[in-house]
Amino acid sequence: MTDRRTLAFLNAVSTFKGGISGAFLLLLVIAALLAPWLSPYPYDLQDLGVMNQAPSMTHLLGTDEFGRDVLSRMITGARTSLSVSITAIGISVVLGLVLGATCGYFGGTFDRIVMTVVDLTWSFPEILIALMLVAIIGPGLEGVVIAIAIAYLAQFTRLTRTQIMSLKSETYVEATVSLGAGHTHILFSHLLPNALAPVLVAAMLATGDAIILEATLGFFGLGAQPPTPSWGAMMSSGTAQLFIAPWVILLPGLAVALTVVFLNLFGDALIAALDVRTKLREA
Amino acid sequence: MIAFTLRRLLLLLPVFFVVSLVVFFIIHLVPGDPIDNLMRAGSTPEQRLQIAAKYGLDRSLVEQYLTWMGRLLTGDLGTSIIQGRPVSTLIAHNMPYSLQLGIAALLFSTLTGIAAGVIAASYQGTRVDDAITGFILLGSTVPSFWLGLLLILVFAVWLGWVPVSGARGWTSLILPVIAAGLGGIALVARVTRIAMIETARQDFVVLLHAKGLPPFLIQLRHVLRHAMVPVVTILGLRIGWVLGGAVTIEYVFARPGLGSLLIRALNQRDYPLVQGCLLMLAMAVIVGALIGDIVQAAMDPRQREARS
Repeated sequence: MTDRRTLAFLNAVSTFKGGISGAFLLLLVIAALLAPWLSPYPYDLQDLGVMNQAPSMTHLLGTDEFGRDVLSRMITGARTSLSVSITAIGISVVLGLVLGATCGYFGGTFDRIVMTVVDLTWSFPEILIALMLVAIIGPGLEGVVIAIAIAYLAQFTRLTRTQIMSLKSETYVEATVSLGAGHTHILFSHLLPNALAPVLVAAMLATGDAIILEATLGFFGLGAQPPTPSWGAMMSSGTAQLFIAPWVILLPGLAVALTVVFLNLFGDALIAALDVRTKLREA
Repeated sequence: MIAFTLRRLLLLLPVFFVVSLVVFFIIHLVPGDPIDNLMRAGSTPEQRLQIAAKYGLDRSLVEQYLTWMGRLLTGDLGTSIIQGRPVSTLIAHNMPYSLQLGIAALLFSTLTGIAAGVIAASYQGTRVDDAITGFILLGSTVPSFWLGLLLILVFAVWLGWVPVSGARGWTSLILPVIAAGLGGIALVARVTRIAMIETARQDFVVLLHAKGLPPFLIQLRHVLRHAMVPVVTILGLRIGWVLGGAVTIEYVFARPGLGSLLIRALNQRDYPLVQGCLLMLAMAVIVGALIGDIVQAAMDPRQREARS
């Protein structure tokens, strides 16, 4: 089981698309983890003598309106943006797996209620759900994590449910049932491991969307609060300087776009290697 | 058809109930006392009681909900704390701008998206197809607000072709429509391309080729017509996003509209206004999805059976 999946992963990485995007994502994660050591300057070091400077040898990507080094803020911002999106999607996947598995396996009234709510949230743009939740929880990173987690919950619940329902009727599951296996054993040893691959690929693609959503909320001033940098928050404070220091906005946006493009490419490579395209489309 | 529409309308009632409940509870779920949230800093205890009485916060939750709902049905959404004007007036002022932008963006992304999808499918496997597919990937990954800022920088600041922001005349609509429509173009183009390629493999298309019909006629008159079914499904879902999806763009371009009204209200913690905006946006999504459903059912009788 594990061997087949490791093999699929290696297959994905060995393709051109998967290799390039995998390498970029790996570098990004390393940069985010080592942010305090990699940044040339502390991210909150203000130097009012060098406000809004264009990229130069001393400040490779220029400085912002407080004379802070943009490169250092972007590296630390990667830390914020990635940890927020990954945590949020992680929570969403775990909740979605639990809800979806319960609904798909047991069915009944609980399933109907959950699916009604899922269908209801399905028709709303994620940004609107997130804004509604931020209105309730209040601005800040915790609010953003919860808002993103709930905005994508419907997707993972529905995907897991469809998987479990189709797996439930497989012959090998019937065989396990007739051997006297309990619900817990069937769910955790047979159904969930087989339902996992498409959910994890969907999670990877959703992480890209979550990075955009985080940046959007940050841009609205509802995410990371100053002086903590995140890609979105940097663009928010940079708007006023758009005309004199466009790099403060352009570079974090470029970082968001590149990260999401590579996440998508890597997701595509994984879809091809794991052969889960049809499963993703069913849901 | 009429029965279908009526049934779908009836289904709206529970949805509306749930949405109104969520929006109503916003003011009770925010951290801190709802009365404190409604007060300006430095209010006296008397003013506090006044506010509690004015918003009915001294009564039970059920009672509060029923009063709020009753007012809502007469069109009274409360008063903005910061601006001191009725929420319904503020929304009525901003709504037309949102509709204008949303509908223009939907039309633009639909037409451009279908055209791009048809071209990509007709030149499948060539450089043209690669270019359009690459654009589709880019279009679905670039944050729309960033694209908006980029467009402002290039076309408004450096080239000076259009106004930087605001909503004065139709030229100020060009950049927001492009920024808001890009994600939609990518989506429509992707669906159209795949549907065209899959339809082109079917027997009846092979027969048309065998009969010697010019390929472009087959593509436009026969393949495209079949390929439109999934595109209409996707568009039906997107109609509901006309207002909701433009929230970000309005803020970037400093255009009046429900979205920028909501963001400002959220930052100023102006809760009655937040409630009003969220309720209107949610209703717009629901009504949009309903219109999408009805259009689809009118076009495809199979949908009427399946969904009723």
